[in-house]
Amino acid sequence: MIAASQVDIGLAGLALSGILVAVALVISFIRRLGLTRDLVVAALRALVQLLIVGAALALVVDDDDPLVWTWLWLVVMVVFASWTVGRRAPEVPGARVLALGAFTAAATVSLGVLFGLGVFEPTGRAIIPLAGMTVGNSMTGTVLASRRIVAEARDNRHLIEARLAVGLSARDAFAPHLRESLRTALVPQIESTKAVGIIALPGAMTGLILAGVDPVDAVRVQVAVMYLVLGSVATSTSVVALGLTRGIFTADHRLIDLGSEPLESS
Amino acid sequence: MRQSQVVGYDGFELDGVSVRAGERTRLDDVSLRIPAEGITVLAGASGAGKSTLLRLLNRLDVPTRGTIAWRGANLDDVDVLAHRRTVGMVFQQPTVVPGTVADNLRLAAPELGDAEAVVLLETAALDADFLDRDATALSGGERQRVCFARALATEPRVVLADEPTASLDPEATALVEQVVRTLAEPGRPNPVGWIWVSHDSRQTERLAHRVITLEAGRVIGSVS
Repeated sequence: MIAASQVDIGLAGLALSGILVAVALVISFIRRLGLTRDLVVAALRALVQLLIVGAALALVVDDDDPLVWTWLWLVVMVVFASWTVGRRAPEVPGARVLALGAFTAAATVSLGVLFGLGVFEPTGRAIIPLAGMTVGNSMTGTVLASRRIVAEARDNRHLIEARLAVGLSARDAFAPHLRESLRTALVPQIESTKAVGIIALPGAMTGLILAGVDPVDAVRVQVAVMYLVLGSVATSTSVVALGLTRGIFTADHRLIDLGSEPLESS
Repeated sequence: MRQSQVVGYDGFELDGVSVRAGERTRLDDVSLRIPAEGITVLAGASGAGKSTLLRLLNRLDVPTRGTIAWRGANLDDVDVLAHRRTVGMVFQQPTVVPGTVADNLRLAAPELGDAEAVVLLETAALDADFLDRDATALSGGERQRVCFARALATEPRVVLADEPTASLDPEATALVEQVVRTLAEPGRPNPVGWIWVSHDSRQTERLAHRVITLEAGRVIGSVS
């Protein structure tokens, strides 16, 4: 077992790891990807956000801290994630409200199972990282699913309206496209679950091992986390699918105007 | 399936209908009557508002202002799914859904038997062999005739057709026009009325019982 002290990295170590960002920057520059500014902003932003989060987490993960702070943290996380979805999927009508519903459902289902059945103890130390995994992955799934649903509807307007024109309901007219969108959103998650351990060592396990936890214990936690992620993504994308199908059709079964081209997210 | 009860005018009545899309006015204060029988051609240049008008009639779009009534009933108040089955639609692009020709017909009439399906195909000048063929692999003209058969599968009173021969060759166009003329004959049982968008003046002459001409979103002429 590795001692925890061996994986402590000081400020110098942190700075040196920044060389890897420089590698990405050089690639972006040589390949003229036009991502230099985005990369710098992303790297700095991640650093600042995580430093703040680390400091704030220290205040809520102690076993003595009242759980109310933990739940408050969770609420802030869900709201912030919903706002982010709205920004990343501007072409999706009502994306923020939709995401809020999706994350709430995903958190309720997955955390309900893990804590309700006693898989993990409901402490701040367990709730916050697990909720973070739930919301983080749901956010990716939600953005992917909602953008895909809108793109499917926009690109297949002729097929959808051909079905509407013979008297099919909006739900029936859109069903084949909805199925396709949900598959698109879920397949990457299923594929990465299949490849886990062979191609990639997942984050939670890597972190635990680096922090000195026995690998077998780390694996148990990781598997639970993976299932949590699968469940969360499935729940959140289903909620999005349901809500968005209502959002892009009117009550009298018309497909609303979704524009002709996808808008780039900022 | 046909609506037998007619309350008021037997056809469409538009009263002060305008459609705005952003800054653009697609239809500007249009009031007119379109009967449910015969072939009415909506003529006019591209962008005159013909397709916009057609889409309002089976409620794929709604007017920004004004009212539209079908057989005396305001479209705001009707069961839109039932209305779309009474008022069929054929689009400019021959749009078939993935699957066989039979799948396409059963999209409109799930209970349709093979024998009835063959009758529909023959009405649309396609023979029985087409029933099991992959609809997406057919030629443009054949696909458009499948679309006609599909629109007829709900036994509509009127079919709205948005330049349905625009992408067809002259031979396929002639076949489609023959189908339409036959179905519109007043003497036949359950005749089908047509509201047909065209910018082709020769086709208008060949088909029309009456012509409504639009220009820049306004009706500029109506001739029977």
